[in-house]
Amino acid sequence: MYKFLLCMRYLRTRWIALASIVSVTLGVATLIVVNSVMEGFSTQMQERMHGILSDVVLETRSTMGIAQPGWYEERIRARLGDSVSGVTTVVTLPAMLTFQHNGNSHTSQINLIGIDQKTYASVSDFSKYLLHPENNERLDFVLKQSGYDPTRKHLQPSGWEYRQPLARYRKSSVDRLLEEAKTEEKRYQELQEKIQEQQEEGGNDTAINSLMAGPGIKIAGSTEPIKVFDAETEQRTGIVLGIGLGSLRRRDAEGRVDDYFFLRPGDDVQVTFPNAGTPPRGIDESFTVVDFYESKMSEYDSTFAFVPIEKLQHSRGMLDPRTGVGSVTSIQIKLKPGTDLNAARDALRDEFPPTHEFVEVRTWKDTQGPLLAAVQLETTILNILLFMIIAVAGFGILATFFMIVVEKTRDIGVLKSLGATGSGIATIFLGYGVLLGTVGAGIGLVCGLIFVWKINDIAKVIEWITGREVFDPTVYYFETIPTIIHPFMLVWVSIGAVLIAVLASVLPSIRAARMHPVEALRYE
Amino acid sequence: MNSTTSNNPTIGDSATFPQAPHVLHARTRVTPWRVVHPDEPLGSDRTDALDSETAVSTAGPIRASDSSRDLIIASGLTKAYRRHKTAVPVLKGVDFAAERGKITAIIGQSGSGKSTLLHLLGTLDRPDSGEIIFDGARIDSLPTRQQDRFRNRQLGMIFQFYHLLPELTLLENVLTPAMISYGALQYWRNGREIRERAKHLIEMVGLSHRMKHRPRELSGGEMQRTAIARALVTNPSLLLADEPTGNLDHETGSSILQLLRQLNEEHGLTIVMVTHDESIANQCDALVRLKGGKVERLEAQYWDALPSSI
Ligand SMILES: Nc1ncnc2c1ncn2[C@@H]1O[C@H](COP(=O)(O)OP(=O)(O)OP(=O)(O)O)[C@@H](O)[C@H]1O
Ligand SMILES: [Mg+2]
Repeated sequence: MYKFLLCMRYLRTRWIALASIVSVTLGVATLIVVNSVMEGFSTQMQERMHGILSDVVLETRSTMGIAQPGWYEERIRARLGDSVSGVTTVVTLPAMLTFQHNGNSHTSQINLIGIDQKTYASVSDFSKYLLHPENNERLDFVLKQSGYDPTRKHLQPSGWEYRQPLARYRKSSVDRLLEEAKTEEKRYQELQEKIQEQQEEGGNDTAINSLMAGPGIKIAGSTEPIKVFDAETEQRTGIVLGIGLGSLRRRDAEGRVDDYFFLRPGDDVQVTFPNAGTPPRGIDESFTVVDFYESKMSEYDSTFAFVPIEKLQHSRGMLDPRTGVGSVTSIQIKLKPGTDLNAARDALRDEFPPTHEFVEVRTWKDTQGPLLAAVQLETTILNILLFMIIAVAGFGILATFFMIVVEKTRDIGVLKSLGATGSGIATIFLGYGVLLGTVGAGIGLVCGLIFVWKINDIAKVIEWITGREVFDPTVYYFETIPTIIHPFMLVWVSIGAVLIAVLASVLPSIRAARMHPVEALRYE
Repeated sequence: MNSTTSNNPTIGDSATFPQAPHVLHARTRVTPWRVVHPDEPLGSDRTDALDSETAVSTAGPIRASDSSRDLIIASGLTKAYRRHKTAVPVLKGVDFAAERGKITAIIGQSGSGKSTLLHLLGTLDRPDSGEIIFDGARIDSLPTRQQDRFRNRQLGMIFQFYHLLPELTLLENVLTPAMISYGALQYWRNGREIRERAKHLIEMVGLSHRMKHRPRELSGGEMQRTAIARALVTNPSLLLADEPTGNLDHETGSSILQLLRQLNEEHGLTIVMVTHDESIANQCDALVRLKGGKVERLEAQYWDALPSSI
């Protein structure tokens, strides 16, 4: 009873000891903030990566691809049974994107992905990251009239709303050219008549004929009109570009982050990719941008381009001439939640041994392994470092406690003369340690949680004070700092902090307990 | 060096010192103090006392001790403080007894070992040799825990510098021994009763209006009264006081003494008191003077108080 009373009183009268606890508090708060932010980061990253990548991928590097995807699919389903929730076939290719902007041609390197519109949604949240709300529901590679994320002012207008005026303008310039061509035609006819006259006069001059041959003249001269692609009413095959391919992230005059779009839905682009021959030759196709894809993983957003798989199979010559079945380069599998990824992977590796079939089986974690491992390592090291800081703080507590025990020497002697046992006195100081640790950890917990809760506001304040960007969205592709608080982490961190305080008070308590009553009483 | 020590063979005489405990030990063996029966004729003790008188020539006449009459009896206590290899002998064979229901004063020069003796009697320290018997049972060799219990239940102690706990209020200070004595649960159950007793004691020492005050808000006399109340809260049978008036002016000192006397008379409390003040010592029932690590002689008053039958 006296023990409790005394340690409460020591806590109340010796607030200064809280100063030593503050270091533990700060450590605890920092640990919570760091863990929450790291957790938020890696969770969001993993979620995105997982959303984009399917669970397990069967991939071949063969230029021809897997010739009988249906047969593979059957084997996969037979092997994995009920745990499969979706399978889709994909053609992925390294490719080159070319587009015109301000009269200049630009090229960039892309990962061209041919997807099966019917089944791709069953393995990936791909459509979730598209800008047009209708495409979020179901992607059909058809250009929409308008309505591409109205919140982005630099993206407006887009869709047909953008394509039609542009096409009209271009056509008007083409018309002018045709007008010129017509006067040319007149001149040609006159010439023709002259030639006929000459021919009638005698001699067939082929040299002049060949001189007169030219494409413009042929079109003009043909009786049956060649079907001309009308950009005002027609679109090419749709392509969905990663948003990084069509925009630049930058800051406007006021420092707000803004995307500038140099490509919009409605623009036509050229894509050059290898065909399936040996050696492969580059072929190029025109596509119409039908949407942008924004996963906020800059790596994906700046390289991915999606087109319908049939188009790629057709252009590359991947269709079996007899059956019409297309080859694919990879098969993506989504498993039911809770399925053991690695077990599924190993089963598939067993089913398709590399010695027989040239396919590689990987889980999405294998694909992103190094990145995930790096984030994990970072978190671990930060935790170790911060715990070191808390341990240092623990030594501070140790020193403070020793001082308090020395200061209380006489009182310890008095308590012993009143019949208090050594263990009783040790309990006072241990209890004091527990109490201080709890108070410190509690305050730290609250501070840490408030910090995490208000982290984006705090970042703004820090930005305002230092004038330096804390969290640069042009780098991270996140608008705000993502955080996730695990209750388990909170418990673990608080227990750790209290434990350090208790450990730090063990030695001083033992010293207090062992103190000789007479020497303690004589202590000045 | 020899010439100086020869003047006073008891202090610092390394040649004679080691013999004293040896001799006393021998005597201890002759008399089994613990089994002394109240009905036993005093004659045997008397002869024993005479024995010791002859054995330790420098000691004054030692009164015979008796467990039925004396609450606490110490015999042949030696104590030396050791620091590294040098030993400072303080007590060199002290025989002491405090009669039940009496006030015994211990006087002596500063540094003569009065406090040391009191600490030994209060089991705060262990003697190098000799034994202490409280109410017929040996206490100096008890395990630490039992000594803690003994101090808590049987003993009250007051000091020159009061030694109140500065964090606690007056009432809490007085309650401390009771809180030590009871576990939290027991204290909770008997709280009211204990509080009543503490309040009653505080009232008795005349401080009921300062119950909620901290020690630093009290005067020396008030602090000493509080210390007395604290010493009595577990209803002990022996009160050890180390210069209880040493830090107080004469008037306050005598009021404290009056209080002790009152306790002694009304409750039959046995008191052992160390004091420097001759006038206070003279008011006590018995007087013991420490000199050169031994009990020098008993004052005449003590002999006056002895039953005439001896
Ligand atoms: N821890 C110690 N180490 C060494 N010597 C000590 C120690 N404690 C006490 N002494 C010595 O023991 C002797 C007796 O001390 P003690 O306090 O018992 O004397 P005292 O009679 O109470 O004196 P006073 O009247 O001044 O209080 C002193 O000479 C002192 O120097
Ligand atoms: Mg003293």
